Amino acid sequence: MIKKINFSSLLSQLLLLFFVIIWITPTFGLFISSLRDKDLLAISGWWTSLTTTHVNEIYRMSGKEEQIEENGYFIIKGNFFNNLEGKKIQSFGISSKRINQFKIGEIGIFKDKSEVNIFENGDYIWKSLNKFEKKKGKRIFTTSLSPPKFTFDNYKEVLFKEGIGQAFINTLAVAIPSTLIPLIICSFFAYALSWMQFFGRDTLLAIVIASLVVPLQMSLIPILTIYNDIGALFGVAAKSYPGVWMAHTGFGLASTTFLLRNFIKSLPNEMMEAARVDGASHYDIFLRIILPLSIPAFASIFILQFLWVWNDLLVGLVFLDQVPSEIILTAKLKELLGSRGENWEILTTGAFVSMTVPLLIFFLLQRYFIRGLVAGSVKG
Amino acid sequence: MSIVSLFLIVCLGILIFIAYFHISNFILDHFVNNKSKKFSHETSIRAVIFIAPAFIVLFIFILYPFFETVRLSFYDKFGRDFVGLYNYIWAFKDPEFRRGILNNLGWLLVVPTLSTFFGLVIAKLADKIWWGTFAKSIIFMPMAISFVGAGVIWKFIYEYRGPGDVQIGLLNAIIVFFGFEPQAWITIPIWNNLFLMAIMIWIQTGLALVIFSAALRGIPKEMLEAARIDGASEFRIFFSIIIPYLEQTILVIWTIITILVLKIFDIIFAMTNGEWQTEVLANLMYDWMFRGGGDSGRGSVLAIVIMLGVIPIMIWNIYKHREEQKI
Repeated sequence: MIKKINFSSLLSQLLLLFFVIIWITPTFGLFISSLRDKDLLAISGWWTSLTTTHVNEIYRMSGKEEQIEENGYFIIKGNFFNNLEGKKIQSFGISSKRINQFKIGEIGIFKDKSEVNIFENGDYIWKSLNKFEKKKGKRIFTTSLSPPKFTFDNYKEVLFKEGIGQAFINTLAVAIPSTLIPLIICSFFAYALSWMQFFGRDTLLAIVIASLVVPLQMSLIPILTIYNDIGALFGVAAKSYPGVWMAHTGFGLASTTFLLRNFIKSLPNEMMEAARVDGASHYDIFLRIILPLSIPAFASIFILQFLWVWNDLLVGLVFLDQVPSEIILTAKLKELLGSRGENWEILTTGAFVSMTVPLLIFFLLQRYFIRGLVAGSVKG
Repeated sequence: MSIVSLFLIVCLGILIFIAYFHISNFILDHFVNNKSKKFSHETSIRAVIFIAPAFIVLFIFILYPFFETVRLSFYDKFGRDFVGLYNYIWAFKDPEFRRGILNNLGWLLVVPTLSTFFGLVIAKLADKIWWGTFAKSIIFMPMAISFVGAGVIWKFIYEYRGPGDVQIGLLNAIIVFFGFEPQAWITIPIWNNLFLMAIMIWIQTGLALVIFSAALRGIPKEMLEAARIDGASEFRIFFSIIIPYLEQTILVIWTIITILVLKIFDIIFAMTNGEWQTEVLANLMYDWMFRGGGDSGRGSVLAIVIMLGVIPIMIWNIYKHREEQKI
């Protein structure tokens, strides 16, 4: 009996492990690739960079200016690697036809009778009885073992040269107000829908619930027309940050209101009654009682809306100009997919930069994120 | 625009809304204190103050556009002349539109089903294992990533190099390892839709997972133990007790993902832009909004078709809410 339970538990653990590996591998591959040398990235799979690998390379020895005379020989010394790389040469060749002709320790002899000795760490000694005449040295083909090697070069390039850095700031400038403004106005709205008596309250609530599922595609064309009209009327740009904030506020309003209303409605009535008897106005109640109690709910909704805005593409595409000072990360990434489709070092690094903030929020505030999602789904 | 001015604009934008509520309520308090006879109006005025901003935004960004889009769908590309059903007739004759409908239906069939299924299975597997929380975190993580970011991640997986070259895309590397020909996955019609759907499933399974995990904890232990004592296998328990018990939750998750899938845009736009027969309605709509200066009539028709898919869910939502209010 015990044996059987262990077996099925083991099986389910293995199955779960299988799912976990499938789910993490794509993101992991992207992350590793963003840290790889861009030339290696283009010619080998990212999984090869995790272990020591064979790499074939071509180096050129120094020319006549480096030569010194010693015991009747003319000698050129040098090192192929900069010492940081930690590569170890296994074999080498002196012609492209046989790149693995010699093992380390063997001596390669060129047609002109000059001899070359190569060492594991990349040092070479090239000696000849005759004086070296050529400005450039000869080529050496090496096969070496390369340990895993990672660099932040791609990040430097992407952040400062490709405009991802600016897009990152733009996205922050879109996301923060687009999250806080709905939170502010919806908290009052939700309070009114829960604890104030007025004509048409139930109808209003039904409208909010109906709006929950209206696709934002329904709003795009009319809103864009309004923005264009406003722009033409006042002689200002039709697409601007305030415009995109309000669009996000509009599209996030129903769900934010709905979630907040469910929470505020669940607060105990007695507390509100007591405060009213003491002569507190609704505004006092809101500030002194509702606001402090709602902090966890605010945190959940803040995270949901913030991630939604941060990850949005469509709204940023339609309501912002696609210029460096306004373009958001997702739109920039899409642009790079078109223009730099083969430059995987830029794409992988850019994608990872765009994911940093969501992943940070995810790992630090996962509890609130999940709470918000579950609260939103159980009813909506 | 410099970072400083951007920062100032952001602060100003937020402060305006805080100031509105604070000042308007302050004035009202002041007014009420002076003439306390008018106390009866206080609540209704304050209700207006509380509701106005949200309602105005709701009106401008959801309610008005809803009716305006319906109107525009009967007008020409500039929204000036009434053209009757012309735009709708165009749509049903347009091969791209029919392709979009077909693909959207495919997405609706596959993505919610598989996401819900995987979510449920993983939630059950991770339920009582010591590293279950960690596993759930990993599978939930794609939920935090943008569709475009996920697009890049998966485009890298599907990357294709000619036969004989070193494959840097994982999928082709595996295929080649087993001795098959590498494929340009994204460009094979019909099948490529499945490869795009995989991205969405990869993302949405996490959503299903966390909701199911919460729901699994609600199943009474006695029920499961009674079944075990009666000798039911874990499989039997899963299908005969857990699934029926979670019926409501399954339905909810199904609807959430269905709504998301109806609007699916980013993945298609970033990966194929509708080429190789992967067109979907939302991408086609974006296309018609901006193609050749834009056609608001045809764009609106496409928006309405997406909306029609949502209406049954909307009615069900309101109905469900009414039922809850009665209890």
